[in-house]
Amino acid sequence: MFKNIMHHHASSSEDCAKLCCTRIEDFAVKIGHLTIFEDVNIHIHCGQLTAIIGPNGAGKSTLLKAILGEVPHQGKLHYVDAKGKHTGHPVIGYVPQYLRFDVSAPTSVMDIFMACLSKRPVWLCSDKSLRPRVEKSLARVHAEHLIDRRLGALSGGELQRVLLALALDPMPDLLLLDEPVSGVDQNGLELFYEILAELREKEDMAIILISHDLNMVARHADQVVLMNKSVVLNGTPDEVFSDARTRHIFGMLAGGEASAMDSGEKQNGRDA
Amino acid sequence: MEMIYSFMDMVLPFEWASHMFMKHALLAILLVTPLFGLLSTMVVSNRMAFFSDSLGHGAFTGIALGVLFGVVSPLVSLVVFSILFALCITYIKNKSTASTDTIIGVFSSTAIALGLMIMTSGGGFNKFSSFLIGDVLSITEEDLQALAVVFVLVLAGWAFLYNKLLVLSINSSFARSRGIATFWVEGLFAAILAVVVSISIQWVGILIINALLVLPAAAARNVTNNVKQYHVVSVSLALITGVSGLILAYYFNMAAGATIVVLSSLVFFVTIVLKPRFIR
Repeated sequence: MFKNIMHHHASSSEDCAKLCCTRIEDFAVKIGHLTIFEDVNIHIHCGQLTAIIGPNGAGKSTLLKAILGEVPHQGKLHYVDAKGKHTGHPVIGYVPQYLRFDVSAPTSVMDIFMACLSKRPVWLCSDKSLRPRVEKSLARVHAEHLIDRRLGALSGGELQRVLLALALDPMPDLLLLDEPVSGVDQNGLELFYEILAELREKEDMAIILISHDLNMVARHADQVVLMNKSVVLNGTPDEVFSDARTRHIFGMLAGGEASAMDSGEKQNGRDA
Repeated sequence: MEMIYSFMDMVLPFEWASHMFMKHALLAILLVTPLFGLLSTMVVSNRMAFFSDSLGHGAFTGIALGVLFGVVSPLVSLVVFSILFALCITYIKNKSTASTDTIIGVFSSTAIALGLMIMTSGGGFNKFSSFLIGDVLSITEEDLQALAVVFVLVLAGWAFLYNKLLVLSINSSFARSRGIATFWVEGLFAAILAVVVSISIQWVGILIINALLVLPAAAARNVTNNVKQYHVVSVSLALITGVSGLILAYYFNMAAGATIVVLSSLVFFVTIVLKPRFIR
């Protein structure tokens, strides 16, 4: 139960002026007459994992797309780095929820990295000098052995880690993760969250995660935002999961919460 | 051109290669099939077979409009119309929430219907029937020169575009986060496809053109593990089946396009059997 001591305390808005921080101000997305979400104000601190939870259709994925600038939106995104000088728009890394193309196509992990990092056409040239850099990127997510593997031969968890490694090169200020609903087993999920914890500490990176796994969120997040067309609740995992509104929205959470807190304790014990 | 012809006489001392129309046909195949091999890798990986099929259907309207106005040659009107058609589908597909299948289906059937309407308006559809099956003997020296230009442009475009397309094919939001102008990349790819389809239609035929955009890569993906192998095998298969299809068609007096497609599909079935040996 000493979760609050272990984690950085989830923040209120005032200290955003001093620290490295991303402010999402008055975000709203409207398509025609339909409001996807509105009045979203969140402060995301570097070195913290902010989890966004909410029911289907709450506007979570659209919020990420709005932050990416892919969906037209109202409101502003401010990024302030640790030295307090405005850097305007942060470098954003994005880990997608699903792949659009046919993963069984003959594309190796190295091919994908080269396509992202090099201007030379992958089908024509090879870039030997790029290989060490890619190996280093993959090592960050414990996936260096996957470099020559076909994308289609990766498990759900491995694919997710490779996509994370892609999003981390170049190193972003703000990392957006849209967690897959299915396809990643429990061990894979555990490893993924451990890697996120490492990143948060080592790189002092701000991470926004859309998650459907409330147990994992309760154990690993520093700040939890409950969304349903707008921000319903915003606070530490303890605050959010003990709130009646969370229980109301998720219905059957009460049982899951207790076990989440138990395993959260184990997790913290191991870290310490 | 004379130099090329005498060179061909020297290296190809065969009966079939002595005819001028066969020289033209062979050159056309050597220029176009590698392009089909290259483009088909992305068509197959991105599940765009239905889209490329619709480009062939769009050709109905393109050809019909060209004949209707009669100001420019059918080929020019076909190329211009196909590019507009492809860009239009790409744009609406990105704007609309309806499924891609539905959008392409709507465009495709509209283009066929509109084309047939115009073509049959004078009562004579027969003069268009050569476009359905294609005629490899119809290739002229001017066509070959146009093909050579397209060949160079497509290669350059593919070198410039491929990495961006591959990133985009992972996920469009991911591509946006890496600063890729998704609509333009997608649109340019669609336009390249449209150009290659429309310049080949007169000798391959509307009915089977899509097979050339699907089969080489469909076969290659069964036996390859990365992008380079994929391209090499896909282009080689397109070339080999192209040339041997032409020769077979000459000796048995069949439509060359159809023969090439049948050979490619045979190769495809062989690669399915071989798949477990090659895939890691």
